[in-house]
Amino acid sequence: MIWQIELIVLLIVLICGIGAIMVKDLLGAAILFGAYSFMMCLLWAIMGAVDVAFTEASVGAGVSTVLFVAAVFRTSRRTKD
Amino acid sequence: MKILKIVTVLLFGGLLIYFTLDFPPWGDPQAPASMHVSPRYIERTIEETSVPNIVTAVLADYRGYDTMFETIVIFTAGIASILLLRVLKRTKSERQMYRHVPTGLTLRIEKGFGPPPGSKDFERIDLMWVPYDLIVKTGSRLIVPFSQIFALYVIAHGHHSPGGGFQGGVILGASIILFAISNNLRSSFTLISEKLAVLLCGLGVILYAGTGALCMFFGSNFLDYGALSHILGVDPVTARSHGILMVEIGVGICVMAVMVLLYYNLASAGRHDEGL
Repeated sequence: MIWQIELIVLLIVLICGIGAIMVKDLLGAAILFGAYSFMMCLLWAIMGAVDVAFTEASVGAGVSTVLFVAAVFRTSRRTKD
Repeated sequence: MKILKIVTVLLFGGLLIYFTLDFPPWGDPQAPASMHVSPRYIERTIEETSVPNIVTAVLADYRGYDTMFETIVIFTAGIASILLLRVLKRTKSERQMYRHVPTGLTLRIEKGFGPPPGSKDFERIDLMWVPYDLIVKTGSRLIVPFSQIFALYVIAHGHHSPGGGFQGGVILGASIILFAISNNLRSSFTLISEKLAVLLCGLGVILYAGTGALCMFFGSNFLDYGALSHILGVDPVTARSHGILMVEIGVGICVMAVMVLLYYNLASAGRHDEGL
């Protein structure tokens, strides 16, 4: 695998992970977490763990984002801290 | 206090990163993990289970007991979401919104009143967020059946390609969730009601554990699928592959039902009345 692509994906993972805990808007945090999961999925695929990548794409980027959005819809959109 | 938190996080994060230096490098053939059990799996899987995808064979056969309890963890998550969130007291909401279908008018109806009984011109809609979007409805109606077929493919083809019960079940659940989002929560209850979802939750786990118990019935160990050759009429190696399929179907049913239950309870805050 081309190491430059790996480095870029890893950087996006870091940025999305830090962004998801720093952002005040919880809906934005949920979407950033979805992006984080999708980039992790790419990393798993790069490392050859295709089954794990598939699980990460369907569970992490797919359903858990929907569940987060549903929870945000029913509670509040902004955090206090 | 905030400085203390940051110092703790940096300290433990730094320690974790420091200790990863002791790990063997990625893909190292001399690493302990690839010295002991991995060669056996890689060399013997196809002759012992006739499953080309080693990951599936390890997950559902060699480590079948482990995966059974993973399924039970998911089952527990579904039951816990009901216990924590479900509101069992049935109180009718103060006011309800109805749409008059032929004209598209939206009506707000106060407590104690309702549309004429038996009339099909009125359609109940949610209070909070009610767009009537033909494009979204038609688009999702096109996507849902194809994603369900793909989910069944992922479950059934997990022996040969990446996939299996967990992924297929999640995609199957996501298709129901997509239907619930694009229409509304009440119309998705006509597809899978809460009772059916809870039943399917248990059925998945029972299918998994039942397959294991069936092997015991024929005198083998728990989850030793080779014993299924007595009823399936194939040789023990092919019976292992069929046993894996039965187990994966159980996992898929359980995961699908739990995803749907989690969505129902989260999106409607446990009331199962109005939702996202």
